[in-house]
Amino acid sequence: MTKTLITRRSVIAGAGAVLAAPSIRPSMAQGAPIKVGVLHSLSGTMAISETALRDTVLMMVEWINGRGGLLGRRVEAVVVDPASNWPLFAEKARELLQVHKVDVTFGCWTSVSRKSVLPVFEELNGMLFYPVQYEGEEQSRNIFYTGAAPNQQAIPAVEYLMSADGGEAKRIALLGTDYVYPRTTNRILRAFLISKGIPEADIMEEYTPFGHSDWQGIVARVKRFAGEGKKTAIVSTINGDANVPFYRELGNQGIKAEDIPSVAFSVGEEELAGIDTRPLVGHLAAWNYFMSVQSPANTEFKNLWQAYIKNPRRVTNDPMEATLVGFKMWAQAVAKAGSTAVDPVREAMYGQKVDAPCGYTLEMHRNHHLSKPVMIGEVQADGQFNIVWKTPGPIVAENWSPFIPENASRRRG
Amino acid sequence: MRLLFLFLLLLVPAKGRAQDAFGAALPGLAGGFAQQVEAAERLGALGDPRAVPILRALYDGRLLRGADGALLIRDGERATVAVTGAAADAAEAEQVRINNRVRAVLRGVLGRLSLVSSDPAERLAAAEAVFRSRTAENIPLLEAALARENSARIRERLELALGASRLAAGDDAERRAGIVALSASASTEARSVLLEARAAVPALSSEIDAAVAAIDRRLAVRRAAETFFQGLSLGSVLLLAALGLAVTFGVMGVINMAHGEFVMLGAYTTFVMQEALRGIPALAPWSLPLSVPAAFLVAAACGAAMERGLIRHLYGRPLETLLLTFGVGMMIQQAVRLVFGAQNREVSSPPWMQGTLELAFGVTVTQNRLWILVFSLVVLGLTVAAIRLTRFGLEMRAVTQNRRIAAAMGIRTGRVDAFTFAFGSGIAGIAGVALSQIDNVSPNLGTGYIIDSFMVVVFGGVGSLAGTLVGAMSLGVINKVLEPYAGVVLAKVFVLVAIMLFIQRRPRGLFALKGRAAEQ
Repeated sequence: MTKTLITRRSVIAGAGAVLAAPSIRPSMAQGAPIKVGVLHSLSGTMAISETALRDTVLMMVEWINGRGGLLGRRVEAVVVDPASNWPLFAEKARELLQVHKVDVTFGCWTSVSRKSVLPVFEELNGMLFYPVQYEGEEQSRNIFYTGAAPNQQAIPAVEYLMSADGGEAKRIALLGTDYVYPRTTNRILRAFLISKGIPEADIMEEYTPFGHSDWQGIVARVKRFAGEGKKTAIVSTINGDANVPFYRELGNQGIKAEDIPSVAFSVGEEELAGIDTRPLVGHLAAWNYFMSVQSPANTEFKNLWQAYIKNPRRVTNDPMEATLVGFKMWAQAVAKAGSTAVDPVREAMYGQKVDAPCGYTLEMHRNHHLSKPVMIGEVQADGQFNIVWKTPGPIVAENWSPFIPENASRRRG
Repeated sequence: MRLLFLFLLLLVPAKGRAQDAFGAALPGLAGGFAQQVEAAERLGALGDPRAVPILRALYDGRLLRGADGALLIRDGERATVAVTGAAADAAEAEQVRINNRVRAVLRGVLGRLSLVSSDPAERLAAAEAVFRSRTAENIPLLEAALARENSARIRERLELALGASRLAAGDDAERRAGIVALSASASTEARSVLLEARAAVPALSSEIDAAVAAIDRRLAVRRAAETFFQGLSLGSVLLLAALGLAVTFGVMGVINMAHGEFVMLGAYTTFVMQEALRGIPALAPWSLPLSVPAAFLVAAACGAAMERGLIRHLYGRPLETLLLTFGVGMMIQQAVRLVFGAQNREVSSPPWMQGTLELAFGVTVTQNRLWILVFSLVVLGLTVAAIRLTRFGLEMRAVTQNRRIAAAMGIRTGRVDAFTFAFGSGIAGIAGVALSQIDNVSPNLGTGYIIDSFMVVVFGGVGSLAGTLVGAMSLGVINKVLEPYAGVVLAKVFVLVAIMLFIQRRPRGLFALKGRAAEQ
């Protein structure tokens, strides 16, 4: 079977991409193909962010097949659509592992979806690559986390806001979507801010549902919160397409980045593609990769992506880069282990290094997290980010945050 | 501007020393962030108006550094050399980057330099900018500007700016004058400036507290007005989304779960119109108004097809209708996803839908919300007129009140059903045009509004348009009043619980009418 295997549910959603994939048939296909599961929402509120990740995995599958496959075998993608529905993620994960018997899965964006599939991957001893920055407080032997932990994104970003270049913010408004990632991240940030001498009264916290569109009240309250005589900044953990009306409201109510800067943890180039960014110039995002990074690996990544998607204007973003890094590491680990079985590949994963598009060589550590550089970018009028600050090199993930008291015992261990 | 610039160039030999300082400060603008801040401040201190276009270009991201290190200003496709104004080749040049700190300094310097501008709009913007920068060197400039200014509106802003600068950088007497000037305002920014000074100068804390209290009294009134407007705005969105349903569900009694998808089709029609009219410069600015009839026709056509093809076979079987329309809704969603992709589509807002509008007493409202509020009332008025004043409306009411008698009088009830359903669906399409301005145009746009729409119709009273209006507006205002106390998520829960209790007491809603649905 040389065609990409797809499930009935995803036929409609996946058809476009599958048809687009050219059927290269080099003389390798000896033995059964290696199966790669793709577990990303192709519909619903998270489709804005996750569709590009599905395409990235398909691109990498094509890339590796173009180089002769893995272990002399073809690699095949199995795409399913969990439709931004968290319990459906668990069902689809089970389907991938038990029905399609995939060797590895790339998937999930929101933490609630990862929490939903985690027991399935542990029970059936699967392997999941999770490519998005998240709140930490987790380390499963069946998951490799290729996105940032809080100390690789959230904390440096808030430190930047409080620095002279970031505007010396003294009051922080924490705005987020109402689920586990924003709530945990904000719990860590609150403890961090208090340790930096910011009083409780100078921290505002607000949550909204997924897909929220009426931001007038919240933005007006942030303006009021800023009227207390101290420099104020917004830290946004708003996820999905709710960001578009949020930024539109910031622009309409005339909040300029010089007055109240905002830093977002889930807004990248892909999310900005749907909005007019001219009123947003100067607002910030913190990631470990931006499309505007100058590095040979990034040029290669951008060319590969734009050629694959047949659109020279399509953007790349951080979770796509994390997907690519995870895929390359997995392929290297499979080659090293000489097998696709989960246990030997897991052993082979530790210490794998990849020359990543972010301009550094990233390494997978035994805590299942990558060391990553942290970058802060400013939104530009063309929807790209201009990097205004970055760490000198990659930093090691602290997935058990020191700002959560219950972690003291785990961190010693 | 350009003439002035050339004129100044002629003066250059006469002011050789200033030219040196000016020329010496310029290269710093293309340096690191700290150098940029220093250079901008030096240029501001020189007070040379030639710096204005260069600094503005830097602020707007139009300043380029050429391959030879010269500063260029990009103006659309063309580029000019910053100092001489000569045409230049920008092919090799790269944009000079700034950060928020540089941006804030630039705004202050630009404000100081353009306080003497001949354009009143520029002077107003300059007064705002200087208000935010607050340094000692502002004070003499602002005093001079005030002495010259005639416009009352600009004077008011200048006085505020002067008050803020005096409070931040003056001696005690000046600070007191500053407090008095600021206490007359009703802005959160002035309040913020006062509180900032309170921390810096404890000696004046009692005066500052009194000034803050005076501002707070004015702000309380303003906030109440703004919250009320936000409530009406949310209400207008609910009204638009529910109005079509008030016709199809309220008048005909069809539970149409695909109603949200008609709204979504209206939003996508707006997107298609925008793309189609992009090539016709004469019509492009009117794409949004032109989308209104287009969206009505598209959604009405879909509604008529659905009623004739499917729903008419299921009249009197609400459960089957519910399941069927739910299924059709999912099919429409998936079809749109196949045609337009899962990604959101960008519908741009015309300039008159952007920014804020200042009403009396400093109450500000966002333009897009204001227009949508007006638009929703117009659509409601037209709907009422169509039902009350036209022959179609008369037949519709006749069929609603008694189908068999109406049929006996010679009304073709089947055709009236189709038209009524198409009419309701068309209104949903119009709602989509408005929602494209405030929400994401995505295939699942409609799902977010379907529950709210049913809630409004049931709460207002099935079959009553007045009930839909009052229901939508009161739910909007209640929601926005609760929001600051309970948060967005809980406020919505409270409203739902309140509606459940209300429906227990009055099952027919606020305005109970007789109709096919109400009789059952």
